[in-house]
Amino acid sequence: MSDAEMSDAEMTREIAFTVNGQPAALAVEERFSLADMLRHRLGLTGTHLGCEHGVCGACTVMVDGHAVRACLMLAVQVDGAAVTTVEGLADDDGRLSRLQQAFSDHHGLQCGFCTPGILMTLTEFLADHPAPAEDQLREALSGNICRCTGYQGIVDAVMDVLASPPPAGGAR
Amino acid sequence: MKAAPFRYHRAESLAEASAMLADLDNARLLSGGQSLMAMMNLRYVIVDHLIDLNPVREMAGVTSHDSYFEVGAMTRQRCLLNDDAVAAHSPIFRAALSYVGHLQTRNRGTVGGSLAHMDPAAELMGLAALTDAEITLTGPTGARRVAIADFPQGYMTPDIGFDEILTTVRFARWPAGHGWDFREFAQRHGDFAVVGVGSLLTLDSVGAIDRAAVVLIGVGDGPLRLVEVEALLTGVRPDTELFRAAGEAARHPAITGDALVSADYRRQLAAVMVRRSLTDAYRRARAAIGKEGGHV
Repeated sequence: MSDAEMSDAEMTREIAFTVNGQPAALAVEERFSLADMLRHRLGLTGTHLGCEHGVCGACTVMVDGHAVRACLMLAVQVDGAAVTTVEGLADDDGRLSRLQQAFSDHHGLQCGFCTPGILMTLTEFLADHPAPAEDQLREALSGNICRCTGYQGIVDAVMDVLASPPPAGGAR
Repeated sequence: MKAAPFRYHRAESLAEASAMLADLDNARLLSGGQSLMAMMNLRYVIVDHLIDLNPVREMAGVTSHDSYFEVGAMTRQRCLLNDDAVAAHSPIFRAALSYVGHLQTRNRGTVGGSLAHMDPAAELMGLAALTDAEITLTGPTGARRVAIADFPQGYMTPDIGFDEILTTVRFARWPAGHGWDFREFAQRHGDFAVVGVGSLLTLDSVGAIDRAAVVLIGVGDGPLRLVEVEALLTGVRPDTELFRAAGEAARHPAITGDALVSADYRRQLAAVMVRRSLTDAYRRARAAIGKEGGHV
């Protein structure tokens, strides 16, 4: 089969899913990655693309509650799923999640390119591991490459979140 | 980079996937996609048709039987890692799976996908070789079983026909209380191992090694069972000298070098890591006997 034999219409597929709690429905090209759909079709450019082959972790988002590489999933595969991106971490009024605020407080980011992926990874990790040891935390970070911080500020930020009790009202 | 154009097909059942595979030219099966999608993005792999197995629920799940664990090919690596029944009986599974990629890739990556991809450093291939696993392939004329020893046909080339789907793997269970160890040497956690070692052993009533299995990964085309080392260990009451000799016997001629690592360096690592691995496996086997009140 050559490209010329396939029209654009034949190579797209209708999908419906939720992103950060909001319903989305669109026709998407079958070969589009989840990351490209989020950025180019939905304008959610908080999800960054670094290597596009699953190594750097910058594109990490959550699908049905699990952190995944958005460059290694096809957009058509989230039909019926619940997707969470970094745009979904803060409150509706723009108040940062505790993890995001701790990153800001502890210099957990510099250029910020890797930060969305790291926040999504850690959001799942901390939900599964409420009291991790530092070496467990560093192992969890092994799938996200940061070239600025040397990770120390990131580890400090998480340790601060773990050390301080969550505020009343169940904030994240 | 982006994948070259292809048509996407969503299989809802194994029968539907089989029919698609028989019908479509230049088609590939998509399981977790943690290797295939990367290869497609880099255009190492260009397909006309991609058949997505992710909706096929009948292909996922872990069941414990008396003599083996049966794992569906579409079981996520995360699910096998988190399976408490498997971990309680065979702790080496959790230890080895924690080295598979990273938590994000284990969330998508599947057991069958790893076996079918057959990376030389794949921990799941190592576990399969160590436990004398049996792989089931389903084709148009029915199912066929392949022993893990016969599965690798060459570098990243498993014995899977063009019209076959890897559906399940049976990992044989070792007796309760066996000693075990799994370790890797890599520059960073989650990297492909320069050398990985897995060990299993059981002790008899006088404390001699009754049965041993030792495997290396990342050292050649596929997992390398060290049968000479196993023979050297069997029937002997261990001491540090035995494990040192076992390590020296692990400098196998089939261990290869690559662009980054020489064969000699890998053999040196194999010798040290096999010695340490067996020492820890033996310690665990002794500890298990202690818990049972001193009799075996």
